[in-house]
Amino acid sequence: METLIFVIFAALAVGSGVVVVVHRSPIYATLSLVLTLFSMAVLFVLLGAPFVGAVQILVYAGAIVVLFLFVIMLLNVQQEEGAHARRSAQLVAAILGAIVFLGMFWLAFRQTTLRAPGPLTEELVSLKGLASALFTDYLLPFEIVGLLLLVAVIGATVAARRPGAETNAPQDDYVAEDPSSGPVLPREVRS
Amino acid sequence: MNSDLIVTLIKYAVMFAVFINVAPIMVWVERRGAGLIQDRPGPNRVGPIGLFQPLADALKFMFKEDVTPALVDKPLYLIAPVLALMPAFTTLVLIPFGPTITVGGRTTPLVVTNADTGVLLFLAISSLGVYSLVMAGYASNNKFSLIGSIRASAQLISYELALTVSVLAVLIPVNSFRLTDVVAYQQRYGWNCLPQILGCLVFLIAAFAETNRLPFDLPEAESELIAGFHTEYGAMRFALFFQGEYSNMAALSALGATLFFGGWSLPFIHYPHNLLGAVLGLLTLVAKIAIAMAVFVWVRWTFPRFRYDQLMRLGWKFLLPLAIVNLILVAALTVAGVLKPLNP
Repeated sequence: METLIFVIFAALAVGSGVVVVVHRSPIYATLSLVLTLFSMAVLFVLLGAPFVGAVQILVYAGAIVVLFLFVIMLLNVQQEEGAHARRSAQLVAAILGAIVFLGMFWLAFRQTTLRAPGPLTEELVSLKGLASALFTDYLLPFEIVGLLLLVAVIGATVAARRPGAETNAPQDDYVAEDPSSGPVLPREVRS
Repeated sequence: MNSDLIVTLIKYAVMFAVFINVAPIMVWVERRGAGLIQDRPGPNRVGPIGLFQPLADALKFMFKEDVTPALVDKPLYLIAPVLALMPAFTTLVLIPFGPTITVGGRTTPLVVTNADTGVLLFLAISSLGVYSLVMAGYASNNKFSLIGSIRASAQLISYELALTVSVLAVLIPVNSFRLTDVVAYQQRYGWNCLPQILGCLVFLIAAFAETNRLPFDLPEAESELIAGFHTEYGAMRFALFFQGEYSNMAALSALGATLFFGGWSLPFIHYPHNLLGAVLGLLTLVAKIAIAMAVFVWVRWTFPRFRYDQLMRLGWKFLLPLAIVNLILVAALTVAGVLKPLNP
């Protein structure tokens, strides 16, 4: 039973992962990403880490990818745009990427000895064990990650703010460009 | 077949029966309620006081022509309404609906899955509900649908934060993510809605936004967007969205009842640990869900719709800070020993 579930969701994760890369429509690629993340969450649960699985869905599938979709739909990207890079440039990028990936793979396998996984201890699996590990032994890295995220948020806000747009004028849904030219029309929304 | 599996299936069937009947009953309650509030009769032609109206509506949905517009994105258009039902009918496995009972020498807690990550899993699965709306809006190839689903995605993410933080505050004194422990805590120390009145309020308001109900139904907003994300849907496919909306309301009502109003338990009353206790527990939970649904209807026909910028301001500048204040307050009270932990 567990093996069957593993096979189904592992195949789903890989398959939808390929779709994310290959599909030309950004909406389909993003929705496939959701499927990949969901399958990964199922795999986490099978590995005995239900907390990681739930957080994976809650944070990535439930929030971050929704924002991706939000931006894609807001900008109304129909087909792959900005993918007009030259063939040779793409080739170079692909080769470099493959070298980096294989190098990391090699390093990872050289340093760890492959062995059958031992049974997970209750301390690693349970929420209490995870929480006490995070807030005692790994408190400093945990706090630093929090700080890093805060810096990222502030950075994004600063980068998104145009210079000179300091005044916080109330954003109105209706703009009258020239009152004499006719009735007040809603600002055009991209179809 | 494995006997544990059979017990689980029976428990799921009970909760499924409750949730699947929510939409037909709510059709009647919503329209009669609207009539009551607006001083008019409401549906009163089909059956006594219009009681068979849901039946007539269901027949109408089934026999209507199922039109698929020409230029829709076919796969996404077809999947979206089905996905609308997914969160509610998955999360109901986490709601406890009675005490631990012993029937025929077998002891079982009355919850389909008593997962260690309980509430977290509930929030995770219900956060996937937004994809149904987004897919429907995008696939319909209609600007009203698209605006509706863009609104939906921004709104759901904004209010999910406040909702999650208010839920988190409940879990601090309980010391567990399991909803059964939340109920056990309230049996011992009284309902959470009293010490956590702020969190309860935040949860209530965020629940309205999460289920796209008035005064926060901007993804539909019939006066500006026709019907929002489901403009291009008709017949049974529309009925699925309809059913999905009411099922999600019921699921969030059940979560709210469990977190803040004692779940299946009543104060000072201990249900017996047998079938009678199971029936009483289920009836108590259903009654609490029904009261919450009545509040949904009452609010819908009482308040006008928010403007979009007001909605965002309320979510980010009022609800989220309030939820965080509540979180800190509850944490402080727990540390100070005013709120006692379940298992010290």
